[in-house]
Amino acid sequence: MNFFARFAQNRGALVGLIILTIIILMAITAPLFFPESPWRMLQRPFLTPFEVDGFPMGTDTMGRNVAAGLMHGAWVSLLIGLVSTTVALLIGLPLGAIAGYYGGLLDDALMRFTEFFQTIPSFALAIVLVAIMQPSVTSIVLAIALVSWPPVARLVRAEFMSLRNREYVEAARLVGQGNTTIILRQILPNAMSPIIVLASLMVATAILLESSLSFLGLGDPNVMSWGYMIGAARTVIRQAWWLSFFPGLAILLTVLALNLVGEGLDDALNPKLSRERS
Amino acid sequence: MNKGNHIASTTDTPLLSLQDLTIALPKGADRAYAVENLSYDVLCGEILCVVGESGSGKSMAANAVMGLLPKGVRPVGGKAMFAGQDLLSITEKQHRELRGLRIGMIFQEPMTALNPLMRVGAQINEVFEAHSQLNRAERGAKALELLKEVGLPDPEKAIRAYPFQLSGGQRQRVMIAMALALEPELLIADEPTTALDVTTQAQILDLIIDLQKRHGMAVMFITHDFGVVAEIATRVCVMRHGQIIELGEAKEVLANPQHEYTRALIEAIPSDIVPDARGAETDTLLLDVKGLNKVFRSSGGLFKPAREVHALDNVSFSLAKGETIGIVGESGSGKSTLGRCIVRLETPDSGTMSLSGIDFMQLNGESLRRERKRVQMIFQDPYASLNPRTRVGMAIAQGPIANGVPKKKALIQADDLLELVGLANTANRFPHEFSGGQRQRIGIARALALEPELIVADEAVSALDVSIQAQILKLLEDLKQKLSLSLLFITHDLRVAAQICDHIIVMQHGRIVEQGPARDVFLAPQQAYTRQLLEAIPGRPEATETAAQQRGSE
Amino acid sequence: MLYARLIIMRLLKAVVVLFLIVIFNFFLIHMAPGDPAVVMAGEAGATDAEFLNQLREQFGLDQPLYVQLWNYVSGIATLDFGYSYRQQTPVFDLIMDRLPATLLLTGTAFVMSLGLGILAGSMAAARAKKLSGSLIMALALVFYATPLFWVALMAVMLFSVQLEWLPAYGYYTVGTDLTGFALALDIGQHLILPATTLALFSMAVYTRMTRTSMLEASQQDYVKTARAKGLAPGVIQRRHILRNALLPIITLAGLQAGQMVGGAILTETVFAWPGIGRLMFEALMQRDYNLLLGIFFFSAALVIVFNIITDLVYGLVDPRIKESS
Repeated sequence: MNFFARFAQNRGALVGLIILTIIILMAITAPLFFPESPWRMLQRPFLTPFEVDGFPMGTDTMGRNVAAGLMHGAWVSLLIGLVSTTVALLIGLPLGAIAGYYGGLLDDALMRFTEFFQTIPSFALAIVLVAIMQPSVTSIVLAIALVSWPPVARLVRAEFMSLRNREYVEAARLVGQGNTTIILRQILPNAMSPIIVLASLMVATAILLESSLSFLGLGDPNVMSWGYMIGAARTVIRQAWWLSFFPGLAILLTVLALNLVGEGLDDALNPKLSRERS
Repeated sequence: MNKGNHIASTTDTPLLSLQDLTIALPKGADRAYAVENLSYDVLCGEILCVVGESGSGKSMAANAVMGLLPKGVRPVGGKAMFAGQDLLSITEKQHRELRGLRIGMIFQEPMTALNPLMRVGAQINEVFEAHSQLNRAERGAKALELLKEVGLPDPEKAIRAYPFQLSGGQRQRVMIAMALALEPELLIADEPTTALDVTTQAQILDLIIDLQKRHGMAVMFITHDFGVVAEIATRVCVMRHGQIIELGEAKEVLANPQHEYTRALIEAIPSDIVPDARGAETDTLLLDVKGLNKVFRSSGGLFKPAREVHALDNVSFSLAKGETIGIVGESGSGKSTLGRCIVRLETPDSGTMSLSGIDFMQLNGESLRRERKRVQMIFQDPYASLNPRTRVGMAIAQGPIANGVPKKKALIQADDLLELVGLANTANRFPHEFSGGQRQRIGIARALALEPELIVADEAVSALDVSIQAQILKLLEDLKQKLSLSLLFITHDLRVAAQICDHIIVMQHGRIVEQGPARDVFLAPQQAYTRQLLEAIPGRPEATETAAQQRGSE
Repeated sequence: MLYARLIIMRLLKAVVVLFLIVIFNFFLIHMAPGDPAVVMAGEAGATDAEFLNQLREQFGLDQPLYVQLWNYVSGIATLDFGYSYRQQTPVFDLIMDRLPATLLLTGTAFVMSLGLGILAGSMAAARAKKLSGSLIMALALVFYATPLFWVALMAVMLFSVQLEWLPAYGYYTVGTDLTGFALALDIGQHLILPATTLALFSMAVYTRMTRTSMLEASQQDYVKTARAKGLAPGVIQRRHILRNALLPIITLAGLQAGQMVGGAILTETVFAWPGIGRLMFEALMQRDYNLLLGIFFFSAALVIVFNIITDLVYGLVDPRIKESS
């Protein structure tokens, strides 16, 4: 069975993929449907969904189009999620690989470092970082990346530590292959599967982090994100529950979809020998 | 002579009778049935050995009898009659009543067969608890008695110990104690000694025979080793691909095997191993090892003291060109460390090793990389020694490429090598498309790719089935002749060493205990440990005779 | 004896971590854009020139960096975490005032998530092939993906506004003068919604982990041995499978602690629960960086406490740690 067939066997993963595609389409087509900035105050505040044409989700406290916010927000969430995950991987992968392969002092140092990070509540750290650096897309991406790279490094380290003692790696050493070649050609391709799965889950976590930060008012003030929309509507929840409901639902569906796709990738990349799915 | 024959069958009605048993495997398995139309009996008071290689289905019937078949595997025909009941059609509850009480079972892996979080005594008590026997105080006393009976040193301490505090052999004894606690009529032993050292194996076999004599139960002993059959079986049942090949009295089958397959199995492990007298091809000294030392230190931590293990203790020997030396020892003897030091996967603490005049132990960095190709290794695990994502042709070519050979040329050479080991035109396939034996051939091809002067084979056939072992050993022998190879053959199995080695070195606890021409070591061992190793080989006629004499005098 | 060594080691580690956080905080202040004195004073205090000068003097901001570091660290050692201009109170006092509420909230959520999570996970494992098992896991996945602050808001909407079953905000009903048991009950009522929403994510994590762990444990050899002895399935489930399956869960609980403390910030904000999480939100609004960093320090300390507790529990349960080989 090839990769796609195995992936498709997981129904949940297929559902996740469909949802994810819709969200991506939302993000891409946002400028088509709502060419104006979602910050423009276009109508009376607190319009209910479908009350006025062109405002299928009503308007918020400042008369802004909620649907526009939702679609433009998709772009923000996906972008920040992807970029921060990529940065975290760029930091964590090399560090973990070197520590896992070479061991010794480098490994000890890395382990102490990741242990330290584990005891700090990562969300609190992200808050502090963004607050001090002043909120902007850059600082948010950096903060999320800085908070998310330790698990990557730990996973990569663990994989490299277990693979470096495999007999085929020893055989490669024996025939005279250099360390860099061994890391890149022998070990890394065999370590990719769990890293890919982790990456998809990390995008989900990054989106949750970003929306939480925006909710607390630490979002980039020029960018309309889902978290901000929920935060702005917090005090008026009695009058206009839909202002908080739809953006939150969007976050939930995106994160859920990413998790489902991640599980599907796990099944497809690591076919388990037993018939039982744990 | 066979120890099992001391016990006469007490009755003619079989204790367990398998009739036309057929067990189906789930979809997508190698074949449709794990076992097909299986029929054999286990008589009271006898030891029946069920022999087969991996995949023969020998364990399935036992699992079905106990009602412990894995998910997806189910019996679809036949009967398993025990004490008037068909075990295939009783309920789970009825099975529970039999398990432990009338039928006991022990398994292969002692290291994982005990609950790591429960004390040994508590786990033994569970057998009594499951069948509501004895009260609290009585259980403790009986557990102690059982541990004494199975020969555990310091039973009072053992009872309160956790499994991680016991060795593999000790844990297996605990398993046996648990299986026998309620004196079952039938004991099923599923490869109980396969995972143990040769000397421990011999002890456990003796224990089982002893207990069988004393309690008079029937034993169904499942194994892949015909040597064990020779040692303990009353009757033997040979299985292959889920069907019975041969069934009969052990003495008969060993002396006059009717079926070709049985003959092949018996021949693959001859019970009288006397290697021919051989000499080295030339007298040129190829390898000279002097005073190798290596100590492994575990730094200990919060919970254990720092430990020092002398893996190699002043090891010295020499190898002539064209010679095959066997390094034999049990686990922990240092033989693997020796092999790894010679190929410089490990670095010894002190000592020299000169190969054609160059001292390998002094080389480092770039010079080591250059000279490495003179010594190559064949690894033990055919499933782990090839990169699953590299095509086999490329895997073989990687060595020459790393040493400056242009890629195209290296790949052509790889093709030639594959043909040499009997796998022509397979260079573009991935490892998972090959069987274990075939992968070992690829490993051999890879070792040959750099045209080394010396090849170290680290337990190269230990992970293979007996019939495949014979093929690989023959291949090595052929290549030796053709290419004038010098071979350092590391193994725990003296029988294998006997087949292809000119010289044998016996190691224990990091030291060389004895060394000499193979024939001499086998016929006239000088050291007590060597004698012990030889005697521990199951099925060895001298060994069984000595032991039988000892028994006779009891 | 060995156990005592374990505790001491963990405490030493904790001290080191906290020390590193203090240094980290110090460098954050000096890396922030602008005048450190302004950063420390917070938005409110930045306009008061006299206060700024006071700060400069106190922390010797014109002196070399290592002197400043020393002043900062020795200040912390004497429990001087700085002063909040906006609230006109030392940071330490502010935090101490609010800490108990957070302890109550996170402690309750921690226990709740573990208890219910393990229960749900073992139920899902027992019904692995059935619909009910899949339903539990699907629900767990949804909770895992749900943003905490959103579900908190929705809970307020549903349970307080619509159904009026539970109070929406605060710690206790304002304006009443309850004591003793009645007070405890009142606080309890206010605790239900925040603790449950905070526990939701971790509960999902434990449910999924427990199910995996139990299914894995049931495949182990010692389970086959237990069956071969004739033990009843319930006994095997409890004594052999569950006990072994719980070990990785305990380890996981230590890792989840950080999640939970971080989540408390959001929960307290939505429910106006007077803990250090809400205080952090207020500090953010007021750009009161001194207070912010002080809270950061204490939240890390809280996580360390949780970690030590889980380590101790693990040491009790796993005999390989209890007994020396």
